[in-house]
Amino acid sequence: MKRILAHPSLAIGLAATLFFALLGLVSLFWTPYPIAQIEIGRRFLGPSAEHWLGTDNLGRDMFSLMMSGTLTSFVVAALAVAIGAGIGVPLGLAAAAWGGPVEWLVLRFTDFIFAFPALIVAILISTLIGPGSINAVVAIGVFNIPVFARVARGGALSIATLDFVAAGRLAGFGNAQIAYRHLLPNIMSLIIVQGTIQLSLGILSEAGLSYVGLGTQPPSTSLGLMLKDAQSLFLLHPFLTFVPGLCIVLIVIALNIAGDGLRDAIDARLRAQGSSNVVA
Amino acid sequence: MILFALRRFIGFVVTLLVAAAVIFYLLNLLPGDPAQFVLGINATPDSLARLRAQMGLDLPSYQRFGSWLWGMLQGDFGTSYTQRAPVAKLIWDRIGVTLPLAVFAMIISVAVGLPLGIIAARRRGKATDTGIMVLAQMGVAVPNFWFGMMLTLLFAVTLRWLPPGGFTPWNDNPGLAFRGLILPSLALALPQASILARVMRTALVDVTGQDFIRTARAKGLTMGEAVWRHGVRNALLPVLTVLGLQFAFLVAGTIIVENVFYLPGLGRLIFTAISERDLILVQGATMILVVAVTATMLIVDIAYAIVDPRLRERGKP
Repeated sequence: MKRILAHPSLAIGLAATLFFALLGLVSLFWTPYPIAQIEIGRRFLGPSAEHWLGTDNLGRDMFSLMMSGTLTSFVVAALAVAIGAGIGVPLGLAAAAWGGPVEWLVLRFTDFIFAFPALIVAILISTLIGPGSINAVVAIGVFNIPVFARVARGGALSIATLDFVAAGRLAGFGNAQIAYRHLLPNIMSLIIVQGTIQLSLGILSEAGLSYVGLGTQPPSTSLGLMLKDAQSLFLLHPFLTFVPGLCIVLIVIALNIAGDGLRDAIDARLRAQGSSNVVA
Repeated sequence: MILFALRRFIGFVVTLLVAAAVIFYLLNLLPGDPAQFVLGINATPDSLARLRAQMGLDLPSYQRFGSWLWGMLQGDFGTSYTQRAPVAKLIWDRIGVTLPLAVFAMIISVAVGLPLGIIAARRRGKATDTGIMVLAQMGVAVPNFWFGMMLTLLFAVTLRWLPPGGFTPWNDNPGLAFRGLILPSLALALPQASILARVMRTALVDVTGQDFIRTARAKGLTMGEAVWRHGVRNALLPVLTVLGLQFAFLVAGTIIVENVFYLPGLGRLIFTAISERDLILVQGATMILVVAVTATMLIVDIAYAIVDPRLRERGKP
């Protein structure tokens, strides 16, 4: 806790991120109004004591939509990070620990995936199984794989030459054990920093995918879907785009500040490993 | 150098081949019969069989893949089931919107991002630096399509300087066509410019601390001259890599931002094709996107090797 407070940007970023995450989590149990409650008579209301952020074109409470949308955005981005790290980190570690053909294969594979931006993957999956949140998770997750693989490999390579790894080899550890026991714990901080960055990118991507109709579908909602709903009306009712848009901007800034702070907080160790270039 | 370029080029071709196979086989897992889709549910088995033969659907999948690939090499992307027009022509018509948009956005982001990054690095720690970095931090966080909406509200609705959307074809009136692309390319350029400014600043700060800058100072250059002649050139290396990666996001961004401004670009074509399950059109359009992204990375790799001869030896940046 002390270490967190020693870095103000980390504390601020983390606090703001937690605030939005909590707002999203609370929406699971309680929102001021049910998000599916359509009441045409009460549409396009401005902010008031009853409806803190007003109502949308269907008379739904914007604050409730915002809470629920934030949750969707976080969950999609977090699952995508889990996919990216879950597949990418083992690949990167394998590349560093085995080297040779394994490394070559992993590098070519990551190069290949880079040719498929999340949007293209989302287009393919949508054609295949139709749009939806799962679609967005997979599309963003696939694009996260090479990112984590590269970071893991870069970080692991910089410690693979250190004495304690050699000691591990002398003790009879195989490549897999070296990777799991020595390399993984030492690159954890790198992975966490990258995870924060990918989380913020994931929230932006989810918004984009939902906005063009490839992501989250009604009746559930996300910040991007709220913008899609507002699209045809935003010249007349610009307020409908302010709420979800600013929400995205604030969450992403919070995550980026937290990531920067996190990097600063562990930078001393990174520099000792001579691998600050890995993060950049 | 030629050997290096050749190796990268072979890698490029292999990537495209594998990508084509992935796209083709992924989309052909799709249940449903395109011939049935064209003819409707009342089609007789006879006419179905005839159309299937005509569309080549009765051939084994590897033969269909081969002929799709071979056709693309000759510029024939097949015929769209739903629009009854050659896919290549449909795509070509739309590229006249999407490509200029992506290129304008790239130019704006370089023209804005790099100078800001250089200024921030030269004034490191001062108010100018902090101001630019705060702006960049915000720029990265703004979704480009939402920024597009905000630009429309300001410049099209409030100030009435520019059209809120739509597109006049280049042949009808190039001036109007250009005006229609100003706001979309600004919207696309903002996050890119922010990222470029950050990368440029970091790279230049790194480089400024190095010995060759001190040497340049020692031989009598002012700090400004030393940074300009020796620093910027060296700092451009990481910027170049980022620029290549950014192009992929730019292509994707174009497709999303087109929606805000109702531009008839590739994005609109693809989304219509998805909703109508026009496989051959989706295949062709995604392939074009993958080619665009991969070709940019190839160009960046080779440009990298030209700028930094050390990399040719190692083969891979």
